[in-house]
Amino acid sequence: MTAPAVRYLESRALVYRRTWRGSAISTFLNPVLYLTAMGMGLGTLVDRGAGTVTLEGMAYLTFLAPGLLAATAMQTSAGDASYPVMAGIKWARTYEATLASPIGVNDLVLGHLAWVMVRLTVTSLVFVLVMAMFGAASFGSGLLAVGPAVLTGMAFAGVITAYTSRLHDPQGLAALFRFGIVPMFLFSGTFFPITELPGWMHPVAYATPLWHGVELTRRVALGLETTVAPAVQVAYLVLWTVVGGWLAIRFLHRRMVS
Amino acid sequence: MTDPLVSARALTKRFDDFVAVDAIDFDVHPGEAFGFLGPNGAGKSSTMRMIGAVSPVTEGTLTVLGLDPDRDGAAIRARLGVVPQENNLDTELPVEENLLVYGRYFDLPRAVIRERIDELLAFAELTERRRDLVDHLSGGMKRRLTIARALINQPDLILLDEPTTGLDPQARHVLWDRLYRLKQRGATLIITTHYMDEAEQLCDRLVVMDKGAIAARGSPRELIAHYATREVVELRFAIGSQEGAVDRLEGLGKRIEVLPDRVLVSTDDGDRTVADVAERGLNPASVVVRRSTLEDVFLRLTGRRLID
Repeated sequence: MTAPAVRYLESRALVYRRTWRGSAISTFLNPVLYLTAMGMGLGTLVDRGAGTVTLEGMAYLTFLAPGLLAATAMQTSAGDASYPVMAGIKWARTYEATLASPIGVNDLVLGHLAWVMVRLTVTSLVFVLVMAMFGAASFGSGLLAVGPAVLTGMAFAGVITAYTSRLHDPQGLAALFRFGIVPMFLFSGTFFPITELPGWMHPVAYATPLWHGVELTRRVALGLETTVAPAVQVAYLVLWTVVGGWLAIRFLHRRMVS
Repeated sequence: MTDPLVSARALTKRFDDFVAVDAIDFDVHPGEAFGFLGPNGAGKSSTMRMIGAVSPVTEGTLTVLGLDPDRDGAAIRARLGVVPQENNLDTELPVEENLLVYGRYFDLPRAVIRERIDELLAFAELTERRRDLVDHLSGGMKRRLTIARALINQPDLILLDEPTTGLDPQARHVLWDRLYRLKQRGATLIITTHYMDEAEQLCDRLVVMDKGAIAARGSPRELIAHYATREVVELRFAIGSQEGAVDRLEGLGKRIEVLPDRVLVSTDDGDRTVADVAERGLNPASVVVRRSTLEDVFLRLTGRRLID
């Protein structure tokens, strides 16, 4: 007998077997494009200028790559926890079909989050491969960084699933990306240390899970010191993951079982 | 007599202040096709969702397969086949994989599912389309696939919410034929519909629902015998002349219903009534004598038609 959540996870994998081609190219191309444009293009300028002082002599590409790994995990997670959830609730209504079977809301949410985790692991591994190809990090240290990157993604998965469960139209998702994901992507230490930002913005960055994820991933990949103890950062990300998952169950239950 | 598969007493569903289902009682027995007939918003789907253990009971008691849906929801759902009002197939998957994925939800071994897929696709006349994407199927085929999917776990009870709404007449007849075969095999069906012909075709017993309550119950024949006359004469008058004609129909048949586009005269002898109409010097544009239907029962009970 297989646990219901695992059976739901299995169904996601079956669907993915049919649809992976759509996301495979972007999974590979995204890191290539970013590392080329930012790491090598912009990086050449940074390495010639004052940047090297702040980065203590580290090549910009090296600095950027692990941060981008964590930020990409956030984006993958946001993508997988938003539009597919809305499709399940509203467009294809597959959640209605699933919940008419022995699978309950708890099982569905847990299986869904487990699936996001599988996807994060795969996309992060591809990213690490690209990183190594660019010479931004060794494959070995990159592999270690998959862990914190996946955790970073998971910190968003539950909360975004919960948020999507309350939406009645996709405008709310556009807003999530415009006002949440994109600003975080830009200002959470991915492209430059947040010490470069005005002081009042620092607490905002500290509050975002992404900043903690970026620091943690960078520490594991490059051995850089983190601002706060890594255990605290892990705990913070785990807290987001767990509370997010709990909210997702609550809100999806309210939406589907009425 | 065996225990009912579904038993409801004073079953009530409220959404905030709105009473969707208002203290209804009914029993569904093994092997019967039980119908909920009523217009949209009568509370049929809310009742179905409670039976399907996806919507908590607000008040009253409900037993499904001897179990309590609030406590044993997953155990009940494991033994149900649910055909929802709107198709909710996985459009990203081919026909056969929709059945595979759904079968896994019920924890069936893959080998068992594979066997059942062959049978169910044959039953749904979709064997040739098994590798096609769901999106490429016609409305009738999608509906048949949804029914096939609901049978993957060999359910003890099949819930069909508006099974043929939105289908063209031919597709409806194919679907009725399939549901009739299920019935013949001894399946227990619960069907909601706002089509009286569907209720007549498929249901052994039904309740007429209106505004959350049960307005009448019985077999289609009993309901017609009890609430309607043997025949109905439908009279259409030239545009603008109906109002004047209605006054002169008074006293004809057992009852007269005036609809916007025609007048219905309930009578036990249609030909006699037609002759009476002519005798009164009325000259309708068209005259149809037909058997009474459940639509007439509903009209009699509520003063409204099933489909507006």
